[in-house]
Parts: sequence; C-alpha cells; structure tokens
Amino acid sequence: MRQNVKSWFREGTPWIWLNAGAVSISIIMVAGLLLLIAYQGLGHFWPKAVLETDYRQPGGDRVRVIGEIHDTESVPVERFTGTGVEFPEGQEMVTRLLVKTGNRDVGGLDFRWLVESRMEDVRYPDQLMVLERREWGNFYGFIKSVREQGDIVTRGEGAWEELQARLERVERLHAEIKTLEKDRIGTINYQLEQLRLEKRGLELEGMSPEMAAAAIADERSVLEARYGKLETELNALYEASNRDSLTAVTMSGAETDVPLGQVVRAYRPNAMGPFDKVGFYLAKIREFVSDDPREANTEGGIFPAIFGTVMMVILMSILVTPFGVVAAIYLREYAKQGPLVRIIRIAVNNLAGVPSIVYGVFGLGFFVYFLGGNIDQLFFPEALPAPTFGTPGILWASLTLALLTVPVVIVATEEGLSRVPSSIREGSLALGATKAETLWKTILPMASPAMMTGLILAVARAAGEVAPLMLVGVVKLAPSLAVDGNMPFLHLERKFMHLGFHIYDVGFQSPNVEAARPLVYATALLLVLVIIVLNLGAIAIRNRLRERYRALEH
Amino acid sequence: MNDASAAMTRKKPSKGGAHGLDLSSLDRERRELNLANEEIALRVRDLDLYYGEKQALDKVNMDIPRQRVTAYIGPSGCGKSTLLRCFNRMNDLVDGARIEGRIELDGHNIYDRKVNVPQLRRRVGMVFQKPNPFPKSIYENVAYGLRLQGVDSRRVLDESVEQALRGAALWGEVKDRLHDNALGLSGGQQQRLVIARCIAIEPEVLLLDEPASALDPISTLKIEELIYELKEKYTIVIVTHNMQQAARVSDYTAFMLLGELIEFGDTDTLFTNPAHKQTEDYITGRYG
Repeated sequence: MRQNVKSWFREGTPWIWLNAGAVSISIIMVAGLLLLIAYQGLGHFWPKAVLETDYRQPGGDRVRVIGEIHDTESVPVERFTGTGVEFPEGQEMVTRLLVKTGNRDVGGLDFRWLVESRMEDVRYPDQLMVLERREWGNFYGFIKSVREQGDIVTRGEGAWEELQARLERVERLHAEIKTLEKDRIGTINYQLEQLRLEKRGLELEGMSPEMAAAAIADERSVLEARYGKLETELNALYEASNRDSLTAVTMSGAETDVPLGQVVRAYRPNAMGPFDKVGFYLAKIREFVSDDPREANTEGGIFPAIFGTVMMVILMSILVTPFGVVAAIYLREYAKQGPLVRIIRIAVNNLAGVPSIVYGVFGLGFFVYFLGGNIDQLFFPEALPAPTFGTPGILWASLTLALLTVPVVIVATEEGLSRVPSSIREGSLALGATKAETLWKTILPMASPAMMTGLILAVARAAGEVAPLMLVGVVKLAPSLAVDGNMPFLHLERKFMHLGFHIYDVGFQSPNVEAARPLVYATALLLVLVIIVLNLGAIAIRNRLRERYRALEH
Repeated sequence: MNDASAAMTRKKPSKGGAHGLDLSSLDRERRELNLANEEIALRVRDLDLYYGEKQALDKVNMDIPRQRVTAYIGPSGCGKSTLLRCFNRMNDLVDGARIEGRIELDGHNIYDRKVNVPQLRRRVGMVFQKPNPFPKSIYENVAYGLRLQGVDSRRVLDESVEQALRGAALWGEVKDRLHDNALGLSGGQQQRLVIARCIAIEPEVLLLDEPASALDPISTLKIEELIYELKEKYTIVIVTHNMQQAARVSDYTAFMLLGELIEFGDTDTLFTNPAHKQTEDYITGRYG
C-alpha cells in the first residue's frame, strides 16, 4: 500500500492532477464569468411579460399594479416589522418581487417592491401596452385612443393599428431630425465657430474688432442665413412629429396623453409570439450597439462608447509601437551593456507596475496642462481662454495609455531581438551590410512577431483601463465623435466616451441605478467582446508574421 | 565524421613519424607547389589578439596565396577560427577583443582607421560553421548582398542569382522553387546556398569556417568538390577540424596551437614531412 502511494508520487501523477485541476478551475472561472455577464446583459433586451395585479396594501386598500418583474428575493419576516404588513404566525421567510412599474412622470418611482402573498389575481392581459419613450422611461398602460392635433382619430380596438402606422411616420421624421441636427446644423455650427476664431485671430493680429467683423461679414451672413433656414425646417419637423398623440389609461386608472414624438416604440409583450419576440430582441440589440445613449445613458445604445474605445486603442497602438520598438532596439542593439542599461531595464520593468491612476495624474499634469497649454498658446491663441488642446481629450488619453503600456512593448521586443540567432546577424554583416541595414532587413522582420505579442499585451491592458482615462479625456456623454465630416475630419482634441467608464457611470453614477443595472452587464459583455476582437486581430497578424519569419531550428 | 576521422588517425601507428598519413588513400594527387612562387592575397604581420586579458593569437605571421586553398588545422581553441574572423574583421563584434599588428589585403592594412568595414566584408566573404540562411526565399537570400549594394534591376538580379547558384552547384536543385523559403532546404543545400549568397557579391577572398562540420558525409563531399571548383576564381581560406578534409581540399596548410602558428607550408609537405614535432604529433593523432 505504502509502496503504491510512493510510486504514485514518484511517477508524478499527483502533479499532473494538480496542474490539470488548476487549468480546469481557471477555465471554469473564466467561462462562468462570461456566462454570467452574457446572461445578465443579454437577457435585458428580451421582451418581458407585463403583469397586472390587485395588490393588498397594508391599510387594506387594493390598488392595481402593472409592471414587469425584475427581481425576486426571500427576506426574513422581521424586516417587515413596523411597516404594517402582517404575516401569518410562524412564517419566517417572505418572498418579495421587484416590479418595474415605469410611468416615472406620473408616479415618480420606476420600481416598487411587492410582497408576493399579497398580490391577488395576477393576470397577463394581451392589450397591455409598453411604450418606450425618449424621456421619462417606459410607460405601461392600456391604449384608449389616438389623436391628431388633439382630435380623436380612432378609439377602442382600432387604436393600436392606427398607433403603429402613425409611429412609423414619427420614426421617419425623427430620422430626418437627427440628420438635420447632427450633420447639417452641426456642420454650420462648426463653420460659424471657425469663423468666430478667424475673426478673433484677425483681432490678435492687430485688426480692430470692426474691421475683423467686416472681414468675415459676408461668409457669416451666408452661414447665418443657411442656419436660419435649417432652423425653421427643424422646427417644422418637430411640430410635425408632435402632431399626433395617444391617450392611455395607467394602472391608477388615470388617463394620460403621450405625444407620439416622445415614443420610440410601442409593443404588447403579452400578445407577442416567439418570432415577434426574437425580432424585437434583435432590433433592441441593434439599437444598443448602433445608437446614441438616451436618458443619462440608462437607455438607448452605446455606439459612441464603442467607437471611442476602439479609436483610443488604435491611436494608442500607433503611438506605442514605434516608441517601444525604438527604445528596445536601442537598449538591446546599440547601448553598451553595463550597469546603466541594467538600471534602465529594471526601471522600465518597474514602470509596468506603477498604478495606472498615477499615469493619469502625470498625463493630466504633463500632457494636458503643460503640453496642451503650450500648444494652445502657440497655435490656437484665438480660441483662448477656451482651451483647445489644453483640456482632456482623446489624444492625451491615448498618449497616457501609450506611456502606461510602453514597458510591455519594450520588454517583448527586447525578448524578440535577443532571440534572433547571432548567426543571422553575422551572416548579414559578413555580406557587407552595416549594422543598421542588418537591423532593418533581417533582425526587425524576424523580431516582428514578438513586437506584435507586445502590442497584443498592450492592447489588452489599455482597452480595460479606466482610472487614468477619467483624468485625461473620458466623459459621460460626448457631444460628437472624434471623427466626423468637418475638416480636418479627425479631431484629436475632442473628449470621448469609453466602454469601461460607461460601465462605471451607468452602474454607479446613474440617477436610475436599478433600471441601468442590466446595461452594466451588457456593456461589460461588449467591452470584453471589443477587447477580444482587437486581440484576435493582432494575434492573426502575429501568426502570419510568425509563419513568414519562422526562426531557424536548432 | 570528425570523431570517426580522428579515431581513424589515432589507430594508425606512426611508423617513422613523418609518414603518418597515407596520401594515396586520400584520393589526392601530388602537386608541385611553392609559396615563393605564389601571388600573395593576404599578408598577416605580427598579429596579436586579446579577448580582455586573455591572449588568443600570438605574433602570427603568414602569407595567404591568391586563388589557392589555404587550410588551418589544429586542436579546438587553438585560435584558427579567431584568426579567420580577423580577415573580415568579424572580431570587431566581440566585446573586449583587441588587435595588434597588421593584416594586408592587396597591400592595404585592413585594420587601418580609414577602412570601410562593410566594404571590406564585401571583398572578403565568409561562410560559417552552421548554415545560416535568412528566413526569406532562396532568391532573396542570394540577392541580399546585391540589394545591399543598391542593385534593383530585376534582370541583373535574376542573372546574378542564377550565376551564383550555379557557382555553388545548387541551381539544378532549386531552380523550380526559387521563391520558397530557404529554411525548407536540407542542411547541405542550405550551406551551399550560403556559399552562393557569398559569391553573388563576387568577393576576392572566401573564408570558410568549418563549412562541413554540421553536414552529413555526402553533403560534405559536395562542399569539398565545390571548394575545389571555387578556387579557380577565389582565394579560399578554410578552417577545419578534419585533417583528411584539409589534406583533400587544400593547397597550403597551416597548423596552429595555443594561439601560435606552428607551421605553414604546402599541404603535401606538411602532412608527409612536417618540420615541427608538434605538427607531427597532431597529424599522427598523438595530440589533441
């Protein structure tokens, strides 16, 4: 027996089990985490059934409650002492439900806890309607009638079809409003701002304000005329979109008017078949990925955050790669190996361990205030005292993250350079190549997979970093993307949105935390996906390079 | 191959010392050679080389004849590779290596301050012990040196690559896959590719540092045949561990020991009638 145990140990079986166990646990943990995020996040978009119930309140009154069940929990009876809610003797646990009742404009609260045992006659009527609105969150109720300019057009059963038809019209109008506001008026505003800066620039050159104003007067009046025209157009559109309204009965029995211009979509979840639900689900996901956020980020999409994250990572990669590679080449190929280089190497390695918020502080102090401030003084004096580059923005955020990740790239590149066999260097030098030619033509291509590895690690780290970004460029809601149709198309001074910050903001800074919680998961899932996609791209490039520059077999 | 040959040499009892090696068994005809009649390509004068404190070469003096094969033999660590690497200044890459004395190529000291080292290396090519093709296509490997010199014309490159590959007796084997990765070739082919890469830039001197020691016997034979052909055009200096190889391919042989040049002369004389006791001991297998 003892012999058996001994030989079992000697053969290394326990270590194999230990290793396999560790690997399995890691995989299970990662997969579990992803599953949890995916379940919580993706479930949010599925249309939930809406219940209608008569709720016995502590005083004995019965009220009608309409809403979606969001959460269920068991709590001990003691929690209810003093609230007036009574339970039979001997009951220890009480099941209570978190119900989203919406109608924030009417009731003030979105959510409400209900004790399950006091809910009577729970039913799911097909006619129950949910309105997703541009303001005030969801609306739950029964439709009564559709009105056009205050006059009732349809009432009763036909109202629902009429509503859908009129909603389509409103949707078209809103698409028009959006292009008008964002693109055309946005462009004119941008041009007017440029004109104002031009005038200011002329003044700084010594021109009197009157002369400067005269110099731009023609252009300005043209732009203002165009602006005026667009504004009338816009107002007309808004008016048209608010032409129709609907009247609905809320759970308290009151009738409310909702202008259709406010409604994003109307649906009856209880009447939906499985195919309708899938269609609805896909439309919601599409909206989430491609739309702008609404309602302090708790509704709508997160496209600007995805865009900002990807763009920042790409900018960071463009900045960090040459930086790190050049530094690594110097350290490995040119610097005289000695105590000084050793110290620099240790310092570089330690730099990777500096808390990221410290980089944020450095970025704010050096990049934003010092560099940005000076750039403003030198190149954008006409905009002062409003800062152009002297304020947090995507360029500074990318630079700060580049600084944060440069040690990873340096270490990986050095590793790659040191792995190129010396016989290759000698072979190249013996053919009359100079050191620089050898580097360019042979060593660097062979070390390129290692550089890509460094970049992959850098991307993985940078895409998930939030803390420093809060100091150097991320905002809750960016009015415009860093890339648009106005010259020079790329606006590196602009602030941007970021998925990681979005998670924090929606989860902890939102006025409506309960409603936003699923979005936290959905955003987290998206962040993970974005990082995976960025990494897979880099890995694919690396593998191709590896195949091409497969090192000599020894 | 090395061990086998060394063992073979050792087994032979040395009768009369001087005739330790039977030349007829080495498939080699006697040649009348005399250093005094040769045109000299490289002249080594009072060459000392130090690695830090350690002296690796001690007052080496010798003349290497043009368009002949000169072989260095000697036990491991005797400095023969070090000396070879002095001819194209590869020792410059070694930290702490210091050189005193002169090496003249066509009368000019290559250790002169004004010498352009890359240019020197174009004139003095080198092939290393282990084949070291670049991880590029066969074509690009051979064209590498030419491209460095700024040759871009497709026609010129094609021609030179073919010529070099023919020169290295590799053309027939690779002409259909010039654009395949060179690392797919066998060891012997890789070594010939490296030689082709070297002769593509038409150097005057070819340094071969144990070019066949990592190869199988058949590849070794091919390399030896190639060396025999190449001496028509190039001055060849070869370092080898293998005395039979030295005897087979070289016209002149130098024996080195502990950083000193012990004996240098035409190969037949050195192997059949060595002037020094140490040389005799080495070639008869009593040493090293």
